[in-house]
Amino acid sequence: MAQRPAARLTVNGQSHEISGDPRRSLLDVLRLDLGLTGTKKGCDHGQCGACTVIVNGRRINSCLTLAVMHDGDEVTTIEGLGQPDALSALQAAFVAHDGFQCGYCTPGQICSATAMIEEIRAGWPSAATADPADKPAIADAEIRERMSGNLCRCGAYDNILAAIRDAMDAEAAQ
Amino acid sequence: MKAFDYTRADDLSQAVGSPAMLIAGGTNLLDLMKLEVATPDALLDINRIGLRDIAREGAGLRIGALVSNSDCAAHPRIRADWPLLSRAILAGASPQLRNKATMGGNLCQRTRCGYFMDGHSPCNKREPGTGCAAQGGVNRNHAILGASDACIATYPGDMAVALSALRATVETEGPDGVREIAMRDFHRLPKDDPSRDNVLKPGEVITAIRLPAPFGGRQLYRKVRDRASYAFALVSVAAAIRMDAGRIDAAQLAFGSIAHKPWTDERVEKMLVGERPSAALFDKAADLLLEDAQGQGDNDFKILLTRRTLAAALAEATGE
Repeated sequence: MAQRPAARLTVNGQSHEISGDPRRSLLDVLRLDLGLTGTKKGCDHGQCGACTVIVNGRRINSCLTLAVMHDGDEVTTIEGLGQPDALSALQAAFVAHDGFQCGYCTPGQICSATAMIEEIRAGWPSAATADPADKPAIADAEIRERMSGNLCRCGAYDNILAAIRDAMDAEAAQ
Repeated sequence: MKAFDYTRADDLSQAVGSPAMLIAGGTNLLDLMKLEVATPDALLDINRIGLRDIAREGAGLRIGALVSNSDCAAHPRIRADWPLLSRAILAGASPQLRNKATMGGNLCQRTRCGYFMDGHSPCNKREPGTGCAAQGGVNRNHAILGASDACIATYPGDMAVALSALRATVETEGPDGVREIAMRDFHRLPKDDPSRDNVLKPGEVITAIRLPAPFGGRQLYRKVRDRASYAFALVSVAAAIRMDAGRIDAAQLAFGSIAHKPWTDERVEKMLVGERPSAALFDKAADLLLEDAQGQGDNDFKILLTRRTLAAALAEATGE
């Protein structure tokens, strides 16, 4: 028969056992149980993207998934991408380009963009790709469309775009 | 959120016939559970039962019900041979949601009617027999075709619109066995029982979506919405058109967000065949499509918008 829950998941390389009330979202467990408050709760309904984390290499809204559903999964949050003394390339680009104002959406923006860069590298099309059969270009229209799941109420979009573009161009030049 | 029992299924047989609510991606279900619009006593997690393959089947393709929307849209064969499906999936939701959302779950998403979602207004879909607050209420997003006195809600998705145009089928397994349902017959009109969105029976599980042999021609998904991305359609048109010597050789069409199901009309598809594309022809097609269209007040504009979106889609797909 189907088994009752409890889940063991890896967050930023550390293993954690999750049990108790199955109602808790991955977002709430990250913030309240594990103290990883970099991941933000905005709308709590999958509309704003502030809670974006990377699970098994894919960006998802951590508010719209139950923690107990992630048995065996590998979760990366903003704390796992870099630390103040060792920023990831994207984190450094957001600082350099002033890609935020209040900063509340920023962890979600950076987790989302980190996974988005991998999606473009894997050749995934988007609604901005003229023919879905084509390999997508690294273009502003592509980045804007692919980042549409992350809202910024301060409206720092131009600088967010510049930061992501810069990080992608730097990587492409290597 | 109301309390529920949570269990994980190890294989399909545990899901078939289960009285529990199935959860896969969960992006719509958990949203509705937070709103207490959905209040299941038990959730059965089906993420570990397989159904994640995309496999050739004759000239067609069989897509497992638990394939993510992202993986489907990015699949090389689907991008090359059924581009309409990739386009429609990529026109919907956000990358984060598409990474979680599954093929089967996407088909089962509920309406975004504000009165259904608010959890307390009269709503025959959420609470049969209580009435319909959308009639005479705020109904900008609501149906212009196939509505009933009981319900004027729309099916909000994009993917099923493309699958309807492509004449896909839905494979299910229930307590009575396996069956295959035409995508065009999967979702229902509300009639006097809007609580049922589709024809699935209790305990029946979607196991796959089947695509027939590639249609070829030009395929496009034109979606009109209030912002450029990450919004539900006001009107959408899925069009696959084959041309032969300047005339339309075959046309497959479906329309989103104008009815309780992806709307299809074989009369419109047939009348286009053998004709030379022209603005007058597209207008005649819209006349036939919309002959029974009925606005609700706020959504009256959708009738003209559907006409114009159809004309634009046909012009692009026929190269006119």
